[in-house]
Amino acid sequence: MTVVELENVTKTYGTVKALDGVSLSIPEGQTVALLGPNGAGKTTAISLMLGLRRPTAGRVRLFDARPEALAVRSRVGVMLQSSGIAEHLRVGEAIELFRTYYPQPLAFERIVDAAGLGHLLRARIATLSGGELQRLYFAVAICGDPRAVFLDEPTVGLDVHARRALLETIRVIAAEGRTIVLTTHYLEEADALADRIVVVDRGRVVADDAPSAIKAGAGVKRVSFVCDPEREPALPAELVTDVRRAGARIDFLSAEPEMVLRELFARGFVPHDLLVTGATLEEAFVAMTGQERQYA
Amino acid sequence: MRDTAPIFPMFAAQARVEFLRLLRSPAFAIATIALPIMFYAFFALQSAHETFAGIRAGVYFLGSYSAYAAVTISLFSFGISVAAERDNGATRLMRALPLRPSVYLGAKLAAAIAFCAIAIACLTAFTLATGAVRMPPAQWLGMLGVLLAGSVPFTVLGFAIGYLVNINSAVAVLNLINLPMSFGSGLFMPLAFLPPFVKSFAPYLPSYHLAQLAWTAVGAPGESAVRAFGWLAAYFVLFAAVALRAYQREERKSFA
Repeated sequence: MTVVELENVTKTYGTVKALDGVSLSIPEGQTVALLGPNGAGKTTAISLMLGLRRPTAGRVRLFDARPEALAVRSRVGVMLQSSGIAEHLRVGEAIELFRTYYPQPLAFERIVDAAGLGHLLRARIATLSGGELQRLYFAVAICGDPRAVFLDEPTVGLDVHARRALLETIRVIAAEGRTIVLTTHYLEEADALADRIVVVDRGRVVADDAPSAIKAGAGVKRVSFVCDPEREPALPAELVTDVRRAGARIDFLSAEPEMVLRELFARGFVPHDLLVTGATLEEAFVAMTGQERQYA
Repeated sequence: MRDTAPIFPMFAAQARVEFLRLLRSPAFAIATIALPIMFYAFFALQSAHETFAGIRAGVYFLGSYSAYAAVTISLFSFGISVAAERDNGATRLMRALPLRPSVYLGAKLAAAIAFCAIAIACLTAFTLATGAVRMPPAQWLGMLGVLLAGSVPFTVLGFAIGYLVNINSAVAVLNLINLPMSFGSGLFMPLAFLPPFVKSFAPYLPSYHLAQLAWTAVGAPGESAVRAFGWLAAYFVLFAAVALRAYQREERKSFA
């Protein structure tokens, strides 16, 4: 069964094209990461899948129905950015409330354990820290025992420990056969969790494959060598990206490292301590989107 | 296996949460329960034993300040909570959840009505304790009934304001509507003591017709219940049209 179906979907806000002719089909049971820099269109894509936004053109189906349908929403769990919960409630009261929205909710204790909220049940929501609030939103996402879970930047605001714990929990609920769609700009998150990575940039899908294939398919290599800073050669700008210098060592990404080196040799430049290595997922991402490295 | 959750448990849980919202906002709970009692003590207690409009003045003022409590609670419970939910993103989350709109609205209405009943009961207890009021329970229940039924248009107005203004200005705007409207309808001081232009304007205010229902329920002369409910129904339609427009405006902005 197909859980999410986007058919040639375009979404514009005023004059800004947030999504530009995106087609995407997510079968049941898959864990898919939508990966891309801020403003790439990830949140717009997830909002369209959930019926929180309507496409300007194209067609969106969720469980082969309109995403707004109550029966569809009853099978789906969501964790959104910039969302809120009535702050006067205690954590336990909120979980009790949201359970009543679903036909077959998970057991209360099961939700509390999965989200790690056992010690906070009597805490007022207004007093929760950012990380605790994020765990409560996760509890809301799973409380209906959903067939599909949509997580928009689930680990934002979490420290390293809390992030690792949440990723582990997501892995557990995915292993129960649920479909997971998450957005992230953390590459290691996508790499660690997803069966499939959809790289989104400027409203378009620029890659859609398994994490290993994305790494290989980007075809970039990292080239690194040592040279005298006084005699540093001019690199052919059209062939290299992400150039970095550390002391006498220069390194950069290139899809055609042989061409770069041939050019350097032709100019009489001899690199020392030359290394050419396969790219990491992050480097593949940089090469695909032309983004700088702030998304590590 | 059913596709969607049963409505009644969802409604019960949602209504409880809406009631807790009112109970746990001390500013709201105290202002809406204590202020009518305070006004009654200041303006009505002293003359409670006199006769006004053919009935005991203490009873007449119980009708006035009960109507004031009902209007205030209806306006503020909806206005503030809707503005707050828009502000903190609860609206966005709820839209993505399988919460039925009818349950969402019905729960807010049920909580507001329950709170109105409590505030009016507290005011009544005060007037009984101070000896200002003596009345048959059936008459009191009649007054409570028309006030609760007649306050629905004010919840709709509160909803509209919650969608039209942001959380920072909601309290100010609601007060700006509530206080002059209540004063102009003779809820604080009988219209007989107010300037002629206020008197001539009063019959066009929705709170005037709610007060008419309360006063006639406790035995004072006034317009018929059919006429008063007719006016309130017309205001309901007007406020609902404003609320719908405000809601659709937000819809186009945030969810189109």
